[in-house]
Amino acid sequence: MAKHSKSLAGTGQYRIVTGTPVSLVAAGGTLILVAVLTALPFFAGRDLLENMIFVFYMLALAQCWNLLAGYAGLVSVGQQAFVGLGGYLLFALTIIAGIDPLVAILLAGAISALFALPTALIVFRLRGAYFAIGTWVVAEVYRLSFAQFRQLGGGTGTSLGPDITNAVFGIDWVKSLLDVRTPAARDVISYWAALALAVGTLLLVYLILRSRRGLALGAIRDSEEAAASVGVNNARVKLVVYIIVAAVTGMIGALIYLQKARISPDAAFSVLDWTAYVIFIVVIGGIGTIEGPILGTLIFYLLQNYLASYGPVYLILLGALAILVMLFAPKGLWGYVSQRYGVELLPIRRRLVWKKDP
Amino acid sequence: MTLWANALMEGVLLGGLYALFAAGLSLIFGIMRLVNLAHGDLIILAAFVVLSVAAWLNIDPFAATLAALPIMFLAGFALQYCILNRTLGRGLLPPLLVTFGLSIIIENGLLELYSADSRRLHGGSIETSSIALGHSIGIGVVPLLTLASAIVVILALNFIFYRTALGRAFRATADDLEISQLMGIDHPRIFSIAMGLAFVVITIAALYLGMRANFDPTIGPERLLYAFEAVIIGGLGSFWGTLVGGIIIGVAQTVGAQIDPEWQILAGHVAFLAVLVFRPRGLFPLPVD
Repeated sequence: MAKHSKSLAGTGQYRIVTGTPVSLVAAGGTLILVAVLTALPFFAGRDLLENMIFVFYMLALAQCWNLLAGYAGLVSVGQQAFVGLGGYLLFALTIIAGIDPLVAILLAGAISALFALPTALIVFRLRGAYFAIGTWVVAEVYRLSFAQFRQLGGGTGTSLGPDITNAVFGIDWVKSLLDVRTPAARDVISYWAALALAVGTLLLVYLILRSRRGLALGAIRDSEEAAASVGVNNARVKLVVYIIVAAVTGMIGALIYLQKARISPDAAFSVLDWTAYVIFIVVIGGIGTIEGPILGTLIFYLLQNYLASYGPVYLILLGALAILVMLFAPKGLWGYVSQRYGVELLPIRRRLVWKKDP
Repeated sequence: MTLWANALMEGVLLGGLYALFAAGLSLIFGIMRLVNLAHGDLIILAAFVVLSVAAWLNIDPFAATLAALPIMFLAGFALQYCILNRTLGRGLLPPLLVTFGLSIIIENGLLELYSADSRRLHGGSIETSSIALGHSIGIGVVPLLTLASAIVVILALNFIFYRTALGRAFRATADDLEISQLMGIDHPRIFSIAMGLAFVVITIAALYLGMRANFDPTIGPERLLYAFEAVIIGGLGSFWGTLVGGIIIGVAQTVGAQIDPEWQILAGHVAFLAVLVFRPRGLFPLPVD
């Protein structure tokens, strides 16, 4: 755990540590959890797998938005641009170019990053709150542009035929391994892909925040001026984060629409589904922490399961909950818990520990 | 040729409506640096208030708007005083996320109360009357009235800002919040009055929105984007710039629609992005932020 140690006149030692006993337990628990989740298709039904896919992609989207808004200060209301872009790229790559869906997911990530660069050059001219609305305008431009593509169904959208979804890489292997029929095997592959994306996103965000660049991001989160004054190149860090997040979001979008197998501009670029819910998850769970979006996703999943049938009333409740949290517990539920009890499950802070020589 | 002239004319008049959308947003940002993501939904809310008042008192939309103005002023004052003032001075996120939550609440509240049906404010014969210019171009009276109202609203806002004690307090809090407090300005109250004033402008905008076309609870966010684009194109802090910004968005939309009806909205957004690329501070920026 110790990264550096420095002697001070023989009286003792300072050590910089990030881990805590709780975090060691959490790390072990996470490994066991991932193993159990990986094995889930062997003993769970399709309903549970489909619910878990939803949890995984909302969790991954929440981690992405949290990295953008909670750390880099880029409060985007336009991440649906990249979800929709990823979804449409999946359809274009599989239907028009005939590429395997799983490969198409990876390609969608790379191409989303390419789209993110010119997009960033435009929206980065706007700062703070203007950036938020600017990203929303760009997402609308994406939506209206994809509605022009006749090959992909124009404004009404199109579907992925079974010839494509049933030919996904590894489906025969899964069919014989689990002894299931084609539709169930398709869900299992989507499930594993979603799990891989969620765990991968979590790991990526964690590693970024533990790295040198993560220190810069934490500094930007706390004060942009102070970060710049100690030599952080704010603009570059933000650009890099924006592009990484766009790539991951594009991959998540591709996966979502592989699972849905039907796309339309209004659904794929929906601000409610891909940004508003994600913002509520992060705000309610705790912005600017890794644990917050995880907690938020679990809460959101429960609310969605029990209250979504109430339609508008459910959304009013969700909006009101987010406002109350923002006003009275701006660090969210996790922020409240960790402040109260001093718990960090996935620690990224470096703490200075003084150890006296015997 | 007349088709294009007609599109241009309609665009300019449409710009009047967008300037009305934008004036409220610009007012709030100018004074308290608050970007209100619920602005579009508030316009739709105001349209439903006017609709209900008109139905309830059995009066025409103009009279209903007059009756709604004091109610809306108080609503804006209360919103700012009770909720939004708490979000200010705490960084970027609280005001953005609280107004975003508000936008979801308003949209879904309206859906719950009024359903998703399209509505319209019916003003009788004025809706269809127009003034003929030559034999193939005519100007609708309602669009003309919209543009005229936008100009009157901007004149009134400029008068309040630069000729009254209230305006002096607005400008002082905008320039330096701490110093203005030292001079005895009660800024929570000043901010609340500003929001009340913005609600008055929003209600006027809602009147013309509702008389011009159908509206339903879900179209708010798009109005926010048009308003925002007009403000940025015009340059922050300039009400006349906002009018020009609104007209540019309006003309881009009607000319775009003339080329291909599906390009209407896209053309407006593209015009905005083009201005952002070439004149990032807008067409009429203030010398200092």
